[in-house]
Amino acid sequence: MSDTVISARDVTRTFMISAGAFRGKKPLHAVNGVSLEVQRGEVLALVGESGCGKTTLAKMLLGLLPTTEGTIEFGGTPVADIERLKLASLVQPIFQDPYSSLNPRKSIGSIITLPLKVQKDPDPSTWRKRAEEMMELVGLAPRLFENFPNQLSGGQRQRVAIARALINRPEVVICDEPTSALDVSVQSQILNLLNDLRTELNLTYIVISHNLAVVEHIATRVAVMYLGRIVEQKDTERLFNEPEHPYTKALLQSVLTPDPSLDVPDTHLGAAYPNPVDPPSGCTFHPRCVNVMEHCSLAAPRTINSGDGFVECHLYDEDSGRGRAVS
Amino acid sequence: MGDTVQKTDSVPVIADRTVDEPSPAERARKRMFGHFGFMFGAIVLLTIFAIAFLAPLISPHDPLDQQLARKLIPPVWHDSPKASWEFPLGTDQFGRDYLSRLIYGSQISLLIGFAAMLISGVIGTALGVAAGYFGGRVDMVVNFIITTRLSLPVVLVALAVVSLVGNSLWIVIWVLGLLIWDRFAVVMRSTTQQVRNLDYVAAAQAIGCSTPRIIFAEIMPNIVNNLIVVATIEMAHAIILEAALSFLGLGVQPPAPSWGLMIAEGKNHMLFDPWLVGIPGTALFILILSINLLGDGIRDVTAPENRN
Amino acid sequence: MSDRILEVENLTVDIPVGGGMLHAVQGISFHVDRGETLCIVGESGCGKSLTSLAVMDLLPKKAIRGADKLALAGEDMLGAGERRMSDIRGNTMGMIFQEPMTSLNPAYTIGNQMEEALKRHRNVSTREARDRAIYLLEKVGITAAESRLSQYPHQLSGGLRQRVMIAMTLMCGPNLIIADEPTTALDVTIQAQILLLLAELQREFEMGLILITHDLGVVARIADRVAVMYAGQIVEEGTADQVFNRPTHPYTQGLLDCIPIPGKTDRSKPLGSIPGIVPSLVGRFNACHFAERCTYGTAECTEGNIDMRDAAEDGHRYRCLLDPETCNKNAVREEVV
Repeated sequence: MSDTVISARDVTRTFMISAGAFRGKKPLHAVNGVSLEVQRGEVLALVGESGCGKTTLAKMLLGLLPTTEGTIEFGGTPVADIERLKLASLVQPIFQDPYSSLNPRKSIGSIITLPLKVQKDPDPSTWRKRAEEMMELVGLAPRLFENFPNQLSGGQRQRVAIARALINRPEVVICDEPTSALDVSVQSQILNLLNDLRTELNLTYIVISHNLAVVEHIATRVAVMYLGRIVEQKDTERLFNEPEHPYTKALLQSVLTPDPSLDVPDTHLGAAYPNPVDPPSGCTFHPRCVNVMEHCSLAAPRTINSGDGFVECHLYDEDSGRGRAVS
Repeated sequence: MGDTVQKTDSVPVIADRTVDEPSPAERARKRMFGHFGFMFGAIVLLTIFAIAFLAPLISPHDPLDQQLARKLIPPVWHDSPKASWEFPLGTDQFGRDYLSRLIYGSQISLLIGFAAMLISGVIGTALGVAAGYFGGRVDMVVNFIITTRLSLPVVLVALAVVSLVGNSLWIVIWVLGLLIWDRFAVVMRSTTQQVRNLDYVAAAQAIGCSTPRIIFAEIMPNIVNNLIVVATIEMAHAIILEAALSFLGLGVQPPAPSWGLMIAEGKNHMLFDPWLVGIPGTALFILILSINLLGDGIRDVTAPENRN
Repeated sequence: MSDRILEVENLTVDIPVGGGMLHAVQGISFHVDRGETLCIVGESGCGKSLTSLAVMDLLPKKAIRGADKLALAGEDMLGAGERRMSDIRGNTMGMIFQEPMTSLNPAYTIGNQMEEALKRHRNVSTREARDRAIYLLEKVGITAAESRLSQYPHQLSGGLRQRVMIAMTLMCGPNLIIADEPTTALDVTIQAQILLLLAELQREFEMGLILITHDLGVVARIADRVAVMYAGQIVEEGTADQVFNRPTHPYTQGLLDCIPIPGKTDRSKPLGSIPGIVPSLVGRFNACHFAERCTYGTAECTEGNIDMRDAAEDGHRYRCLLDPETCNKNAVREEVV
């Protein structure tokens, strides 16, 4: 029984970037034809390095950025048709930097109750109590209500951001690197908290992260992005145990587990990340691929189904080597 | 140092101790009283305000009362038989008490400074914040308007307008207000741009805040420090411009005791009765200095809080 | 001992702040030999960055440095004035910082800056400096090295900039490199490449390397020896094998429990965590700094300063009153079912 909470169909987001003083503007496809479906209760991780488009995709899923092409739907309704306040009650963000995600001039209490105010929640006299309950739920002492962000540690601020996101009980929470800016000992607290809250409040998460160890621990499904496209998407266990796309394999190899008997792995990735304004032809990963074949530079790979997920790579496409027309 | 870990149902309450830092308001207050320039500027300015406010009570004579019989009496510190404590700062060529004129003159300077600053502040801030927040076309249009304004020579335009329209006090205020908003616009635009890209603005958008709410509740409180600094600069600017206009005869009209006008009227007697120019000149200097020191002080005191 | 490149004994850094004196670094001692990598690892506020700044004498003005000994290749640096220090920096002692965009001058070309780095300390011609720059750029894996010389920092990606930083640091052939979070701002795949590069270069040029980071994975893979810092003190030190496989200090143990390890950490259980936050380092206090957050703490732990003591193996030391086996016995490392 599928309960698709949020879905994206062939979503593209293009920015016009100036290519130099007198050379006019060139298109940059930050997100280039992405489709995904997130089921209720899932934790979908969007994984990739800088420039892969995951943050742009997150902004579109939040309704903060319109798509250039394609649609994003919430429970079947296109996001563009959902009224601003309604959308806000459905999906909320948690940002990476706990220092810049809280307004330094507002008290913790006013930050957490802002969603209630904006939604014109009835009975303002209950707002403080609800905020304090939320604070306890996320592990913050309620007496911090009157304090200001600069009086809190990084971990505490992130809890405030979580409380603010959850106070209106949204269905989906989009976490953009929720623990990258935190110390290791705080990171585990926040991850545990997010896990607990998910089951307690029946939430669905989309987590953007570059930290694969964290992803393996909390995600149910993983989508690997490269230059604006999802190149592989699978259940977490399958992705980590049987990665198919060469980029996925390189990413997994780069995870440095604290095992002193191992060395730093050589991922053989070679050339640096390509310029998104000028992507390589055919399969955009081919200049860095260990398994590159002749036709990889000629045609973009098709999406090949693989179990419950898919991979986009000529290696797994039986027809691609035979010169069949592919887009 | 007890940090307790108590489990309430599923989530432990961890670290309820705050980092040892004062709130933004307390920190600003602490810095204020330690800053010499700020305190000096604030005190002097408040004193001048008090003088202006209490003018009818503390002024020994009527500033407009001309009595030619007692003209050109030097101030008390002069070595002259005519000097007396009845006219501590002497009298001008029309026999008017200079101290009283000075006191009433402060009203004019402050009123013009304040009002012109408010008008230009509203115009400039509105333009700057709009440009900074919306970017794109709005930014282009505002930039064009600012560039146009910057290419106008302020004093000449002011003179031209005033000579055409007339020069009552309020015309001078409006002319100045409509001309000196450019610094507000430029500074507010760049400050808004910096704040606009921070995560808490994106969070407010995701919460569903309307644009006016974002601008006034999220962005403004974080740019108001810069706004105050520019306001003090422009207040001083307006006061000097008024003095210049009056000096040139196109500001406030005689017999009003505007300090600039007093300088203008006294310039013909400068050689033999230099106090006619020196006293209002010094008063202007002290007022402008205090405003500038206050502005510098505010900027220092509200310097952006460092991260932990 | 010509092999000992850096010797630090009882280093302290104090910073006067509003509420008193902040004891940011409280008497730490460490050393680095030629060809050895020492990793100083800790979380924010532990004092690791200030430690590196103290060694380079680049502390902020208000900070007060103190040490019993601070010697670079046998030469005392404690008494060295600013002139001597600026001769040493970039010359016999190289530095790599986290953010290459701010340590590279955006107004000058790469070639310009690299040549300057050498000519500042050696009497060489521009031609010779240029040749060395090209040689080192190729060494760090930058293709088309000669054309890069005329490029500006903003034209390069983060990974490339960091490689340029490394090449620039090597211009004068330093004995010691101090790298403060050199890969934290880089993507995961680039990080691996840069670390490999550093390790290779260190072997080839026989340098000492001090790597400061909060990332335990990085430490495990490249460190010969590790010093774990907490609240201004070194709480455990030893070889990578000793510290990671047989941790003796509860903080080290706690940190290791916090890290999810793909394939090892049980997904159905919460991650380990360390409750509480770092204590304030302003003013004196005599006790174990970790006592209030420690699961094994006893009353004795709060009664006075605790010195480093030896654990079971040579070179493995820790700052705790407990038996060295305590942490290992109660190791909470889960194996996946």
